Amino acid sequence: MISLSDNALAARVARDIPDGSYVNLGIGKPTHVSAFLPEGREVIYHSENGILGVGPTPPAGQEDVELIDASKRFVTAVPGAAYFEHADSFAMMRGGHIDIAVLGAYQVAENGDLANWATLDEKYPPAVGGAMDLVVGVPTILVMMRHVNRDGSPKLLRRCTFPLTGLGVVSRIYTDLAVLDVTPEGFRLVELTPGNSLSEVQALTGAPILHPMPT
Amino acid sequence: MDKRLPDLAAAVAPITDGAVVMIGGFGSSGIPFGLIAALLEQGASGLTVISNNAGAGETGIATLLKAGRVAKVICSYPRTPGSIWFERRFEAGEIALEVVPQGTLAERIRAAGAGLGGFFTPTGYGTLLAQGKETRIIDGVGHVLEAPLRADFALLRAERADRWGNLSFHATARNFNPVMAMAARHAVAEVRQLSDEPLDPEQVVTPGIFVQAVVEYGVRP
Repeated sequence: MISLSDNALAARVARDIPDGSYVNLGIGKPTHVSAFLPEGREVIYHSENGILGVGPTPPAGQEDVELIDASKRFVTAVPGAAYFEHADSFAMMRGGHIDIAVLGAYQVAENGDLANWATLDEKYPPAVGGAMDLVVGVPTILVMMRHVNRDGSPKLLRRCTFPLTGLGVVSRIYTDLAVLDVTPEGFRLVELTPGNSLSEVQALTGAPILHPMPT
Repeated sequence: MDKRLPDLAAAVAPITDGAVVMIGGFGSSGIPFGLIAALLEQGASGLTVISNNAGAGETGIATLLKAGRVAKVICSYPRTPGSIWFERRFEAGEIALEVVPQGTLAERIRAAGAGLGGFFTPTGYGTLLAQGKETRIIDGVGHVLEAPLRADFALLRAERADRWGNLSFHATARNFNPVMAMAARHAVAEVRQLSDEPLDPEQVVTPGIFVQAVVEYGVRP
């Protein structure tokens, strides 16, 4: 089985971000997508804490302590950037103004349900952040994650078992093993990481994977 | 009119036991570290704290949690790297927690400041965070009724202020500070620099009508 590295997965997602998009990258691994945007595309990155136009990490010693992204990392602002307060920031997200969001997930169901904010462990305090606002307001929700949990159990399921973030909200899932679309019929294969077979990937997936539509 | 105060202690003096206190900031930016330290010193307890996060390490809101001054936290993201004092108090059952989606938190605060009785949002529809709340289908989409969220006090951090309480901000330190100013009965802003001259009206982000007191505190840990 061929498993993409985190960087290769970020580069694969970046290939699908069109020129001119307004994009929100979720905390954690999705923040790496911007580093792999193909040359010649201009994409404006939104961060929920009040920036449009998030730029790269500043050189050491040149950080502005009051300029961070949603992952609480020091960032820069690109030319053309804007700052704003939280209610405006979430109006952009909830109000359908952001084109694409890339999020991590604990689980995704074949009907597009997403679980990425809470587990079933009651001792572990839940933290929702901006995830529920993003998934209701952003028309294209891309999920980027490992195909299976550390113990090998599937994260792609018929129905989520963890508390939901949003219902029927996921458009496409990028994993280290494959790219899948969510369709009214369920998961549909877009591509396999080169070297993997559909039967191998199906065995690690908790719901049927439909073959691509014949063209 | 002159809303300038001489020191942080004067700014937090009116806060009483059991008060509902909004505290600006997101992650490490836009946090009124000086006002929080003064509140710790002042000693008010049984507080309800409304803030996006619940502190990290041994700074900011974490110092209030560590000292046992907080009875309840209302926030969107209590668990962050280093949020040890929140986690310790939560696991011991010593604080109540209300988790609110971040955009709903901002809008509930804004609704209170704008005099609204609440609003319907699609955020959280069909999830645990909508349990027990009124819902309605609007234009074919499920919505949840959310209530306004107001406070007795707001502790804010801004870049500059003038004696009228007008505020301007720097970069992502703005975050929740402007909406919290609107929603509290008594909003106090700690600012990096108090200006002797009036701020340029075109540069004012939070108009002074929402701010009851300003105090200079240039330090930023």
